[in-house]
Amino acid sequence: MQDRAITAEKLTKKFGDFTAVDQISFEVSKGEIFGFLGANGAGKTTAMRMFCGLSLPTSGVATVGGFDVYSENEKIKNSIGYMSQRFSLYDDLSVIENIRFYAGIYGMSSKAIRVKAEHILKGLELEAEKNMLVGSLPLGWKQKLAFSVAIFHEPRIVFLDEPTGGVDPITRREFWQLIYEAAGEGITVFVTTHYMDEAEYCNRVSIMVDGRIEALDTPTGMKKHMGVGSMNEVFLQLARKATRTEN
Amino acid sequence: MSKLGVILSKEFRQIIRNPAIIRLIFIMPVIQLLVLPNAADYEIKNINLQVTDHDHSALSRRLIDNISATGYFKVIGYGSDRNQAMVAIEKDKADLILEIPHNFERDLIREESARLMLAVNAINGVKASLGGAYLNNLLRQFNGDIRTEWLQPDRLQKPFSITTTFTNWFNPGMNYKYFMVPGILVLLLTMVGMNLTAINIVREKEIGTIEQINVSPIKKHHFILGKLIPFWVLGLVVLTIGFLIARLVYGIVPLGAYWTIYVFAAVYLLVILGMGLLVSTFSATQQQAMLVSFFIMMIFILMGGLYTSIDSMPEWAKWITRINPVTYFIEVMRRVVLKGANLGDVTKELSIILGYALLVNGLAILSYRKRS
Repeated sequence: MQDRAITAEKLTKKFGDFTAVDQISFEVSKGEIFGFLGANGAGKTTAMRMFCGLSLPTSGVATVGGFDVYSENEKIKNSIGYMSQRFSLYDDLSVIENIRFYAGIYGMSSKAIRVKAEHILKGLELEAEKNMLVGSLPLGWKQKLAFSVAIFHEPRIVFLDEPTGGVDPITRREFWQLIYEAAGEGITVFVTTHYMDEAEYCNRVSIMVDGRIEALDTPTGMKKHMGVGSMNEVFLQLARKATRTEN
Repeated sequence: MSKLGVILSKEFRQIIRNPAIIRLIFIMPVIQLLVLPNAADYEIKNINLQVTDHDHSALSRRLIDNISATGYFKVIGYGSDRNQAMVAIEKDKADLILEIPHNFERDLIREESARLMLAVNAINGVKASLGGAYLNNLLRQFNGDIRTEWLQPDRLQKPFSITTTFTNWFNPGMNYKYFMVPGILVLLLTMVGMNLTAINIVREKEIGTIEQINVSPIKKHHFILGKLIPFWVLGLVVLTIGFLIARLVYGIVPLGAYWTIYVFAAVYLLVILGMGLLVSTFSATQQQAMLVSFFIMMIFILMGGLYTSIDSMPEWAKWITRINPVTYFIEVMRRVVLKGANLGDVTKELSIILGYALLVNGLAILSYRKRS
C-alpha cells in the first residue's frame, strides 16, 4: 500500500439509471504521471471528482494517499491539489491575493506563503504582474498560475482535469515542464487530457470508454500492443467503440 | 492569519472591488427612502369628483365649494347632464359622482330635508369606500352648519350633537412618514441581505471556484461564516445610511435607543443571510437564486404589515405573518422609533427572531455539502 498513491477497485458512480463510471480498477504509483484519457462523456471527470472527495462513489473501493475515499475524505483533502476544467482562480483578485487565499485555506503561515510565492512567481516570470488582477492575464499564464496554486501547499498528489484546454502549443509545452518539475519533487500527477501528444509525456495512461477502462499501459506498450504508430491511432481505435455520446 | 481571517479578507476585497455592490448599498437606501415614503401613503387624496348639479342654487354652489376646499377632492367636472357624469365614471376619470337634484335648496328650506345621490366607482375599493365616507362626513357637517345658521334665533331648538376630539398618541401629527420610514428600512435590509448572500455563493458555483474550495480541507462553518460576516457588516452599514437619511430628510430620530434597533437588526440579519445561504445551496445559477429570493421577499414584504394592515387580514393570513421575520422587525422598529421601546419591551420578538436565526442557519449548514 505504501507505494500506491491512488487505488481503485470496482469503483462505480451512478446517477439514477445512468452509470457514469462502471467498475473501474487501477493503481497509480507514487511519483508517477498518470494520464487518464477518454472521449467527452466517457466518465473521466466523474471518476476524478470521486478521488478528490467532490463526489461520493456509489460502490467499489478507492484510496487516495492511503486514505479511504468514504471515511477519510477530509484527510485526503489535506494531501491533494486539484485543478478543475473550469478556470478556478478569482478574476477580481490579484495574482498574489489568489496565492495568499488558496495557500491560506490550507493553513500555511503568512511567512511560508511569502517566501514560497516569491520563488514561484520568479519561476513563472510573473513577478512584475504580482499585483495585477488575474482577470487581466492571458489564458496561458492563468493556467500556469492555476497549476502552481494547486500545488502551492505541497500536496502529495495533484489532480489535473484537462489543464491545457484552449491553450496554445507553446504554453502547453511550458505547462508540461511544470508538471515534470512537480513530478520531480515527488508529487504524483493524475491528469486528464484530450491531446494525444500529451499522452506520450505520461508514464502510464488509461483509456476510458463508456465509463469503463478499456486499456491501461505505458504509451509505448499500448502502441506496440495495438500495432499502431501513435497514441492518436490507439485512441481512435478504442474510442470508436463508444456507444455513448457526450452527456 | 486564521483560516476564517483568510476567507474574510478575500470576501471583503471582492466586495470592495465590485462596483455593483457598492452602488447598490449606497444608492438603494437613498432612492427607496426618498421616493417610497412620499409616494406610499395610506391617506386618500385627489379623489376625482364629478358633480351633476340640477339645482344651480346658492346652496348647491356653497356645498361644492365646501367639498373642494378640503383638499381631498378634485372636482373634475361640473354640469347638469347625468349621462356626461356616467361617461366620466365609465372612463375611470371620476371616482365619485355627486348628484344634486332639482329644488335641493327649496326642499331643504321648506321641508327641512333634501336628498343627494352619491355614485361610487368601486374598482379601486379603498379609494371608493374612503372617498364615500369622507364625502358623507362632509355632507353631515354641511347639514349641521346650515341648520345651526337657520335656527340661530330659536336657541331652545338647537339640535344635540356629539363631537369627538382626537388625541393622537405616539405620532401626534399623524405623519405617515413616521410610520413608513421605519418599515422601509426593514425592507431595505431584507432585500440587500438576502439577495447579496444568495448571489455571492451561487456566483462561486458558476465560475467554479467553489470546487476549488470544496477540495480544500476548509471547514464548512469557516466557509459559511466567511460568507455571512461580510454581508452582515454590509447590512448594518445600509441600516446606518438609512437612519442618516431618515434623520436628515425626515427628521426622524428614534424615541428609543439606536442600539436597541442595532441589536435586533444584528440578529435579524442572521435570519435573512441564512435564508440567502439556503437559497444559494439549492440554486445552480444566479438567475435561479435571484428568482427564488425575489419570490420569498415578495411574500415577506407584502405580508409584513407595511403596506397592508395585519389586523385586517383573515386568520390564515395572520398565520403567515407570524412566521414572517419581516413582520417582527417592522413591529419592533415602529415600537422603538415611535413609542421609545427598549430592549426589555421587545424580548419576545427578539427571542423569536433568535430562534429563527438558529433554525435557518442550522438548515443552511446541514444542506451545504462539500461532496455530492
